[in-house]
Amino acid sequence: MKIVVCIKQVPDTAEVRLDPKTGTLIRDGVPSIINHDDKAGLEAALQLREKFGGTVTVVCMGPPQADVALREALAMGADDAYLLSAREFGGSDTYATATIIATALKKIGFDLVITGRQAIDGDTAQVGPQIAEQLKVPQVSYAEQLEVEGDSVIVKRQYEDQAHMLKVKMPCLVTALSELTEPRYMHVGGIVDAYNKDITVWGFDDLKDDLNPDWIGLKGSPTNVFQSFGKQPKAAGTVMAGLSADEAVAAIMEKLIERHII
Amino acid sequence: MSKDIYVVIEQRNGHIQKVSYELIGEATKLAADMGEQVVAVLMGYQIADKAETLIHYGASKVLVLDEPVLEHYTTEPYVKGIEYVIKNYAPNVVLFGASSIGRDMAPRIAGRIHTGLTADCTRLDVDVAKYQEYLRKSTNVPEDKIIALDTSDRNLKMTRPAFGGNVMATIVCRNYRPQMATVRPGVMEMPEKDTSRTGEIIKVDAGLSMDDMNVEILDVVRSDKKAVDITDAKILVSGGRGVGGPEGYEPLRELAAELGGEVASSRIGVDSGWIEKSRQVGQTGKTVHPNLYIACGISGAIQHLAGMEDSEFIIAINKDETCPMMKLADLGIVGDLHVIVPKLTEAIKAYKASQNV
Amino acid sequence: MDFKLDKSHLLQQQLFRNFAETEIKPLAKEMDEAEKYDLDLLAKMQKYGFFGIPYSKEYGGCGADTLAYTLCMEEVSKVDASTGITISVHTSLCCSCINNFGTEEQKQRFLRPLIDGSKIGCFGLTETNAGSDVQGAQTVAVKDGDDWILNGSKIFTTNSGFADTCVVFALTDRTVPAAKGLTAFIVDLKEMPGITVSENIERMGIRAASNCIVTYENVRVPADRVLGPIGKGFKIAMGALDCGRIGIAAQAVGIAQGALNEAIKYGKERKQFGKPINSFQNTQFKMAEMQTKIDAARLMTWRAALAEDNHEVFGPLAAMAKLMASDVANEVTRFAVQAMGGYGYCREYPVERMMRDAKITEIYEGTSEVMKMVISGSMKLK
Repeated sequence: MKIVVCIKQVPDTAEVRLDPKTGTLIRDGVPSIINHDDKAGLEAALQLREKFGGTVTVVCMGPPQADVALREALAMGADDAYLLSAREFGGSDTYATATIIATALKKIGFDLVITGRQAIDGDTAQVGPQIAEQLKVPQVSYAEQLEVEGDSVIVKRQYEDQAHMLKVKMPCLVTALSELTEPRYMHVGGIVDAYNKDITVWGFDDLKDDLNPDWIGLKGSPTNVFQSFGKQPKAAGTVMAGLSADEAVAAIMEKLIERHII
Repeated sequence: MSKDIYVVIEQRNGHIQKVSYELIGEATKLAADMGEQVVAVLMGYQIADKAETLIHYGASKVLVLDEPVLEHYTTEPYVKGIEYVIKNYAPNVVLFGASSIGRDMAPRIAGRIHTGLTADCTRLDVDVAKYQEYLRKSTNVPEDKIIALDTSDRNLKMTRPAFGGNVMATIVCRNYRPQMATVRPGVMEMPEKDTSRTGEIIKVDAGLSMDDMNVEILDVVRSDKKAVDITDAKILVSGGRGVGGPEGYEPLRELAAELGGEVASSRIGVDSGWIEKSRQVGQTGKTVHPNLYIACGISGAIQHLAGMEDSEFIIAINKDETCPMMKLADLGIVGDLHVIVPKLTEAIKAYKASQNV
Repeated sequence: MDFKLDKSHLLQQQLFRNFAETEIKPLAKEMDEAEKYDLDLLAKMQKYGFFGIPYSKEYGGCGADTLAYTLCMEEVSKVDASTGITISVHTSLCCSCINNFGTEEQKQRFLRPLIDGSKIGCFGLTETNAGSDVQGAQTVAVKDGDDWILNGSKIFTTNSGFADTCVVFALTDRTVPAAKGLTAFIVDLKEMPGITVSENIERMGIRAASNCIVTYENVRVPADRVLGPIGKGFKIAMGALDCGRIGIAAQAVGIAQGALNEAIKYGKERKQFGKPINSFQNTQFKMAEMQTKIDAARLMTWRAALAEDNHEVFGPLAAMAKLMASDVANEVTRFAVQAMGGYGYCREYPVERMMRDAKITEIYEGTSEVMKMVISGSMKLK
C-alpha cells in the first residue's frame, strides 16, 4: 500500500505575537513546526504501514527551510520525502497550492493520500478537499479514526454532534484531525538516518509538463488579499459595583450574547 | 452575467441549522447593497416542506433538490448538486456555513468550478465606505491606508481570522465567479421571521442518483463525551477561595455545563482538597487560553494570572472591588458569586429555550 | 572551527528538548519526592533511542556522536537531573566499557540489548572504602575452574535498583596494587544468584535516580563475562570515567541553564517596588554573569565531546569541563533560589530541587579535587 502524506511547515501560532505598533506578526524567534493535524495524519500512516506493509512518502510544499519539517518526518519513520519549492509557487492561494501538490502526487503515485484538516496559520481547511478534486478521487474529511480493510479505508468522520463510519475505496484522500492519533517522537537514530537520505526537491521545471503556469502562484490564485491587519488590542475592562444580583446577571448576559457565546 | 446571492442551506436530519438563517440575514443586507436577490439552495430528502421557512427568514427564491441520495450528507452528491445549480443559475455569490459540512463541500465545489473560496469569514462587505468605517472603528489600520482603498470596488470583501485569530485578512475574488465563502456560525445576526413573506419555490433536478455516492455509510455514531483537558476547553468557569469548599464548585459545574465549558480552579481549591489538581490554572498548574474565563471568587495572585491572562474575554465575580483579578477582567462584577452564579445559569437556560427556532 | 550546531544536531536537540518539556518535566517533582524513577518514562526514552545515542548502528545504537549525547544530557537535566544521571551512567560508564573492550561476541550479546533500548546498565566500582582512592577496593574474584567467584560489596551503584547489566570491578590479584590487580566483569543483576540490591540510599539530591548498595556473595561468573584482559580493570574503569565526566559536565550545564531559565521566567512576572524584578540592574547583571558562566561550561563540554569523537586524548579536557560545569551549576542554582526569594525556597517551584541536585556534580565520577589532580597531571608542572 502506497500512502502519501502532505505536510505543511507552520509557525507555532501559540508563540506568535502581534507587534502592537505595526499590527504585523513578529515571526523572529517563532519556532517552525509540522502542522498538528498533518503530524497526526503522518502518525496514522506510519501505524498503517506497520500493520499492513507498504511505504509512507511525505510531500511538503514550501520554501527551502521546510526541509527540516521533512527531515523530522523521515526521522519519525517515513520512507522518502519530496519538497515542492520554487519561486513560481510563491503567493499561491489554496486553489493554486492544491494544483501544484496534486500535480506532484500524480507523478509520485498513491493508494491513499492523507492531509491535515487545516493548517494553524491559514486556518482554511481547503487544500485537502481541493487536492482531492484535482486528483478526481473521493474525499473524507474530519477523520477521527482511520483503518484499512482490503482495498478500502474505514473512516470515522466527525460531525459536530455525531460521527459517521464511512467505507471508501482507494484511491482516495482523507483529511486528519489532530485527535486522530498521538504522534510519536523522532527516534535519535532516525534523525541520523534522515540527514543521510536525499530529499527530492521539485521546482517548476520538474512539474512543468503537467502544470499550467497560469494556475499557480500569485497570478494563478483566484483569491487575493485586499487588506490585512492585527487584532484590536484589548481595551481596559469595566468594573460594575453596587448592582443587585439580577442586574449583575443581566450585565453578564449582555456580554455573553454580544460575543455569541450563547 | 452572474447575479444574486445564493445561500447553501445546511440541514441535519431535516433540521435547518441556525447558521443558514444567519446567512440569509447577512445575504439580505448584501443584496440590498448590490441591488440583487437572496436565493436559498435547500438539499436533502423529503425536505421540500422546509422551503417556506427560508422565505419567511428572507429568501426571495428557494431552489429545492430533494433526492434520496441527499438524505445523509456525503461529499460527492452534494457537490454535484451545487455544481449543477451554479452552472445553470450563475450566482454572483455563494455562501456556506463554516461547519464541518460546509468546510468539506465548499472547497471541493470551488475546485470543480475553478473559482475562489474564502474560509471561515466573520464579516462580509460589498460597500467600501462601510468597510472603511469598520477599519476605522475596530482596527489599527492607519488612515492613509484606509482612504487609499478603491471605493468603486464592488467585489465581495470577505474578512476572516488567520494565525489562530492573531491576524485578520480581507480577501477578494476579482476574476472568477461565483465569489464563494464559508461563514463562521454564530457571528452574523439572526434575521427577523416574517410569516407573511412570499417567494418562489423551485424544484431542481440535478440528475443525481444513488450511483453518485462514492462512500458507504456503515454506521452513525452518537458523540461520546471524553475526559476534557482544561487546556482544550473554550470556556472555563473557575473557582478560588471565594468558593469556600468542595460543594461550592457544584454551581460552577452547572454553569459550565450550560455554557458547554469546563470547571477550573486556582491553587487554593486544589491545595484544600476541594477539586482535583488537573483543574488547576496557574504558574504551577496549567496555562489556558479559552475564549471565555469566568473567575469566581479568585483574587488574582500573579501566580494564577500568569496561567490565564491571555484568555479572550475575562469576567470576574468577586466581593473585593480592588483585587488584581478585577483589574485584569474585561467585565468585573462586584458581588456574591453564590447568588450570582446560580442565577446566571438559570438566565442562560431561559435564553437558550427562548432561542429555539 | 564551527561553534554552531549543524542541522542534524539541531534537530536532535529539538527532539530532546520537546521530550524533556512534555514527558519528563511533569513527573520530575513527583519522582524526586517519591525517591523513585518512573519506569514507564524510562521505557519511553529507551524506545526513542536515548540509551544508545553515541554507539554504532552495527550493534543497535543510534549512530550519533558524543556531542549528540551531551545535547541529550543537557536538555533532560534542565528539567530533571535524575534522568540525566540515569542515562549517563548507562551510556558513559557501563556501555563504553563493553564498547571499547568487549569481544565481538560480548558486544553482540551484552552491548546490543543495552543500546537498542531493551536493557539498562550500571557500573560497580565505588566501595565503602574506595571512593576517590579506587585502589582501596576490596571486592575479590577468585578463580574456580573456568569461572570466577565474586565476593564483596559496591556502594552508590546508580541504576542498580532496576538495571539488568552491571560492569563490576574486582581484585583478581591481591598481591599487586589494584592498578594492576583489578579486573572488569559483566554480571547480570537480575539473573545471577548471590546478588542483593539494597533499597535506594537516601540522598540530598537526584533522589529519583536509583542508587543502591549491591552485595555480591559467592556470585559465579563464567569466563566469557570477563571484560578485557585480566588485571586491566583499573585502566578500563579510568577510561569509562573520562567518558562519564563529559556526561556529568553536560548534566551540570543542564541543571544550571534550567535553573537560570526558571529564575528569568519568574522575574518577568514577579513585581516588587512597582516593576518586574528583572527590570532591576542588579538582577540583570547577575543574570548576565550566570549566563556567561553557563556558556563557558557548555563550550568546554562540547570541546571535550568533539575531542572524544575525533579520537584525540580527551581525559584532561573532560576533567576541565566537569570541574567548571559543576562549580557553575552550584553557583547558578544558588543564585536562582535567591532570585526567586521565598518562593524559590518552596518545593512547589523546581529551583530548590535543582540546587540540591547540583551538589553531587562536584562529587561523583571523580570529585572536583580529583579533577584537579587529572588536570594538573596533564600540565607538566614538575
